[in-house]
Amino acid sequence: MDLKNRVEQCLGPENFVVAMIECQGDLSVEVPKRSVVDVMRLLRDTPDLGFNFLSDLLGVDNLDLNKPKKKPKKKTEEGEGAEAEAEEEPKEKGPLPPRYEVVYLLLCLERNERLQVKVRVEENDMEVDTLTPVWKAADWPEREVFDMFGIRFKGHPNLKRLLMWDDFPAHPLRKDYPLEGQGEERHLIYDD
Amino acid sequence: MNQNPTPQTGHDTGDYVTVNIGPSHPAMHGTLRVVALTDGESLIKVDPEIGYLHRGVEKLGENLTYHQFIPITDRLNYCSAIPNNVSYEMAVEKLMGIEVPEKAQLIRVIMMELARIADHQVCIGILGVDLGAFTPFFYLIIQREEIYEIFEWFNGARLTNTFGRIGGVDADLPDDFEERWEELKPGVRKANDETEKLLTHNRIWMDRTIGVSAFSAEDALNWGFTGPCLRACGVKRDLRIDEPYCMYDKFKFEVPVGKHGDVFDRYIVRMIEMEESIKIIDQAYKLYKEMPADAPLMARVPKVIKPPAGEVYSALESPNGELGFFVKSDGSANPYRIRIRPPCYMIYQAFPELVEGELIADLVACLSSLNVIAGELDR
Repeated sequence: MDLKNRVEQCLGPENFVVAMIECQGDLSVEVPKRSVVDVMRLLRDTPDLGFNFLSDLLGVDNLDLNKPKKKPKKKTEEGEGAEAEAEEEPKEKGPLPPRYEVVYLLLCLERNERLQVKVRVEENDMEVDTLTPVWKAADWPEREVFDMFGIRFKGHPNLKRLLMWDDFPAHPLRKDYPLEGQGEERHLIYDD
Repeated sequence: MNQNPTPQTGHDTGDYVTVNIGPSHPAMHGTLRVVALTDGESLIKVDPEIGYLHRGVEKLGENLTYHQFIPITDRLNYCSAIPNNVSYEMAVEKLMGIEVPEKAQLIRVIMMELARIADHQVCIGILGVDLGAFTPFFYLIIQREEIYEIFEWFNGARLTNTFGRIGGVDADLPDDFEERWEELKPGVRKANDETEKLLTHNRIWMDRTIGVSAFSAEDALNWGFTGPCLRACGVKRDLRIDEPYCMYDKFKFEVPVGKHGDVFDRYIVRMIEMEESIKIIDQAYKLYKEMPADAPLMARVPKVIKPPAGEVYSALESPNGELGFFVKSDGSANPYRIRIRPPCYMIYQAFPELVEGELIADLVACLSSLNVIAGELDR
């Protein structure tokens, strides 16, 4: 049985699957945010899945993707362009999809299979349960996601900034943070 | 940052001394900083701090085109830039569904294995220097320089190679590659031999490395170890064999594994891997010679790269372990999000667990044997 069916069989009965996307052979499954730790334990302990290795954990800011797109300059006939516009309009009226994503890259060492698990994070509820009790490897990546996006991980033993200094006022990998920075200065001890 | 960092422990901190090691210290490999709570010479609590070399590589990537990002990847692991370039190119190729011509794949293999030898030579050389064995460093660094000569002669740069393009490689191997390789090979083998004679059975070396910062396989997997550090713990895992890319499934080579996961095992695993890399280059060059001279080096790639919307993760076995790139595209000419998974990032986060309870001098030995490169750690 292929991976997609096995994941469906494992997570389906508990209603953990929100969506499943396949891109160039990479399977990614979206799960509800509140049950992410249960999902990970299930994926790790189910014998025919056995995703026992956390390869990486990262955040994504979908701000630009959620924005209504500018009219793309299309070389094709105008008829197609009009159709694309008509498709976009209903999207704008509905509620926007949540702004942030946290993506977990899992690996099964026995079968060399990889799986992406994704949770969506709303802007008004920026808290995800920590994965450190399941895999210690989640320690620094979670700190980095907090540093770069401001997503908090509930229950993390040491949730401090990782790469930026402690009193840095912004979260630099957010899409609304300018590339040049905002003139933040680091005050060193010998500045006084 | 906390201006007076004092690690929190459950102990009475009265008799302990906080020692600040780094960020500017010859043993800290550039820009690493460790705040250590010590009781005499032994480490009670260790708190590594990173970010001193953070340049915002991932943010930069979102504002460059796909091709413009390749030179940035040189600056990740600056001891062996070529696997970084290839790993990124492979991720974009996977996103676009491009099949790279076999000849280009073989050139990539040859160059990546040369980079692996150079990287291991630096790692072992510096490990020796940090432990007071200065002589092997010279034997190894001379040979590394010879390898960099080949890189320079192939694409004009010693360290920042910007090797390859999305969809293949830009240049064929020069005609006299075989001569240069046959000239280099005995030199590398001799240097490794000399190093082995000087170090492996040396009483001082053995006392300084055997049993130092030993780690179990279970812990290593839990912490996300990959590469030589994981293999030293006894787990036979190598992406070149487990998830073959670039025709690695056509070569015969051994994957050395250690037993205890201590500094000595990491050293010996790296020594054997160099010899295996030489074997791989020989086999790859043999296959390369069988290719017709006018075989394509580049797949058909559009001038402006605009991958379809989607997200992929692709990884390869860099000298340090699994080096992966997560690339998300929104269909435009700039990547929407690039995430780099550097191997030593995962390894270095277990540093407190590795060295707590050991001596300060062992901290230096452990750090060198992990081969932590600040460029890819901080990005």
